Amino acid sequence: MIEFSMRHAFADLALDVAFRADVRTLALFGDSGAGKTSALNAISGLLTPESGRIVLDDRVLFDSAAGIDVPVAERRVGCVFQDGRLFPHLDVRANLLYGARARGANGPADFDAVVALLDLAPMLRRMPATLSGGERQRVAIGRALLAAPRALLLDEPLTGLHAEARRQVLDHLRTLKRELGVFTLLVTHHADEVAALADEVVLLAAGTVAAQLSRAEFVAGRAASS
Amino acid sequence: MTSWLSPQDWQALALSLRVAMLSVVLSLPLALALAWLLSRKRFFGRTLVEALLFLPLILPPVVTGYALLALLGRNAPLGRLLADIGIVFAFRWTGAVIAAAVMGFPLLVLSIRVAFDSVDQRLEAAAETLGARAWRRFVTITLPLSLRGIAAGCVLAFARAFGEFGATISFVSNIPGETRTLPLAIYELLNVPGGMPGVQRLSLVALLVAVAAAASATVIAGGVLRRRP
Repeated sequence: MIEFSMRHAFADLALDVAFRADVRTLALFGDSGAGKTSALNAISGLLTPESGRIVLDDRVLFDSAAGIDVPVAERRVGCVFQDGRLFPHLDVRANLLYGARARGANGPADFDAVVALLDLAPMLRRMPATLSGGERQRVAIGRALLAAPRALLLDEPLTGLHAEARRQVLDHLRTLKRELGVFTLLVTHHADEVAALADEVVLLAAGTVAAQLSRAEFVAGRAASS
Repeated sequence: MTSWLSPQDWQALALSLRVAMLSVVLSLPLALALAWLLSRKRFFGRTLVEALLFLPLILPPVVTGYALLALLGRNAPLGRLLADIGIVFAFRWTGAVIAAAVMGFPLLVLSIRVAFDSVDQRLEAAAETLGARAWRRFVTITLPLSLRGIAAGCVLAFARAFGEFGATISFVSNIPGETRTLPLAIYELLNVPGGMPGVQRLSLVALLVAVAAAASATVIAGGVLRRRP
């Protein structure tokens, strides 16, 4: 369950976004510059909104009125960034274990399961520089999952990948959705990713919520307009 | 080599190596902290700190040495205070370490700062979302990714300290066996009739040390980066 509201003025965009949802996978859909990534960064804590309230599964992460702003390192949200952001000096295994080690755990119990789900076993000893774009994103997803997150935040995780890599990562994301119960927030400007993964979608346009639709409504709307 | 260098030469070389190494090792923690502050934080008085940092590079070294004497000399207020608890720098080899550290400090901080600046801060943000607090991010992300720059800074500061002359001679004088480092020994030999062979010997030693330092730092930085898991 997520309850989200934020107001924030950038030099070129005034963001005023509010939504709530109680689904497994929610998508934030809109053109670039609509404020999707800023909303995501507000949830992870990398951006502090001027005002707002963010609640994830009954845990208040941010509430400007109550003066609550949980530090980023304590929010337990697993972020997958568009550019992967794997640590270049650590091999895949050390990247995957980074979050668990940061929290003082040596080997997370679900390490083997996540490695199997994302098909990472053959690349555990490799360095990030030797991975393809699709492999990098799978490692980034695994790294986020193994930090025991309350929510998985995916910021355009398939952008920049070629068609085959996109299909592979998308397949893995579908498997994860089926196998794991982690609430996932997907930021994208690709309608096919929304259709493939989301249960509900929030449409963002120019810094505000234009609509909130179920997947069926979204798909039907796209079909009607095309 | 034993017969090639005189006992006095050896003494000067050993002292120079000890002074240069200690000056880098002792100032490294402070340099890391200051470089991190300058690279990552905006704070009141930052410009002043940067200006002060450059001072030893701009001032004539003799003036820096005099400033140290005025601050830490036996008759200076701070020097007297330290002398009361048994710490004396003036005319001691420990003072030569202080002089070398002060002269090498700007090079150390500037090199490390450039290295910190070049680390992608989005990686630090990614580590933060994975639960890593500030110290852990610094140790596991910022520091290893800056290793080459830190090594380069250490070599520069070591070289600067190894060649230090002006600040040393004005702060701790030129006392054989106590503060006569290699450059001071060369200076001494230049003023003695028939000292030229000694000048040439010690100059060659200085050259060898400089080359060895530069080469070893390159190897260390490369090796550490390759060995990381």
